[in-house]
Amino acid sequence: MAKIRGSIVVDIDKCKGCEVCRVSCPTGTIAMAKEVNHKGYFYAYPANPDLCIGCANCAMVCPDGVITVYKTKI
Amino acid sequence: MAEATGIKEIIKPENLVYKKTKIMTDNVLSYCPGCGHGTTHRILAEIIDEEGLQSQTIGICPVGCSVLLYNFLDIDWQEAAHGRAPALATAVKRLLPDRFVFTYQGDGDLAAIGTAETIHACNRGENILIIFINNGIYGMTGGQMAPTTLPGMKSSTSPYGRDVKLMGNPLKMTDIVATLPGTYYVTRQSVHTPANVRKTKKAMKKAVQYQKLNKGTCFVEIVSNCPSNWKMTPVESNKWMEENMLPYYPLGDLKVPAEETTQKTINPEKND
Repeated sequence: MAKIRGSIVVDIDKCKGCEVCRVSCPTGTIAMAKEVNHKGYFYAYPANPDLCIGCANCAMVCPDGVITVYKTKI
Repeated sequence: MAEATGIKEIIKPENLVYKKTKIMTDNVLSYCPGCGHGTTHRILAEIIDEEGLQSQTIGICPVGCSVLLYNFLDIDWQEAAHGRAPALATAVKRLLPDRFVFTYQGDGDLAAIGTAETIHACNRGENILIIFINNGIYGMTGGQMAPTTLPGMKSSTSPYGRDVKLMGNPLKMTDIVATLPGTYYVTRQSVHTPANVRKTKKAMKKAVQYQKLNKGTCFVEIVSNCPSNWKMTPVESNKWMEENMLPYYPLGDLKVPAEETTQKTINPEKND
């Protein structure tokens, strides 16, 4: 059976660190960074990129539209 | 390192699932972290893009947090006086009937100062779309009590909670508007979870398409949060909204076009 792999790209400079994406991620791919971006927010980043299934839930709820989602079958 | 190359292989234009639409400009949104306004803007931009309406759309900016909305969506805009967006939208739509006209208003703008304009525009059945963001508070000016504030809800002008005997009952604008004969499609949605965002997008898309039929006003309420003025984190505010706002403002369609309901009963499978 083909396995679905996804990947997200976060625009770190525009992320406001609201954590809404982290909560809505079904696989726990996203975590908040320990450092801040140039605006002082703890930005979101794909901490466990292997778990991503490309469901685009994070991008759907992101208020600032900073997440781009890619998906492929392996 | 092998993992990193794997990810690089996935990140290719042909594998793209979701990207912010080009109608959203590159300006950083002026909202607080976690605010529902941003999500709603994005949904609206996506729908305008998908329907190919970019050059035919005229939006009416409100007064409130979203007053700078014209910086974020690359379409034509008009700025209205506080609460008067439906009146301005009426004028724009009557002068340019082939355009897609919508207003985007908060609860302080639509349900407080603009009550008369909203009700009369809906009662006249103007062919406009009204998007109503309800977060139960005046967000821009510092969290004062709005007509939509819940009973017992704390705000900067009701620090002990809204007392219904003293301050009156919350105003359910959407329910009022649904009873008017001029409205064609009235719905209440939210944008705090991925499922709700998808539902909202479907509802708003319907509302955009209905405007082409010239049948009346479409009214979409979006129950939203205000983390800064509710003094919560965005995640907490979404939870609070789900527990407190949604029982008072239940989600769903309040008024569906009569033709659609009859179609559904005749042919329930095709419409689903």
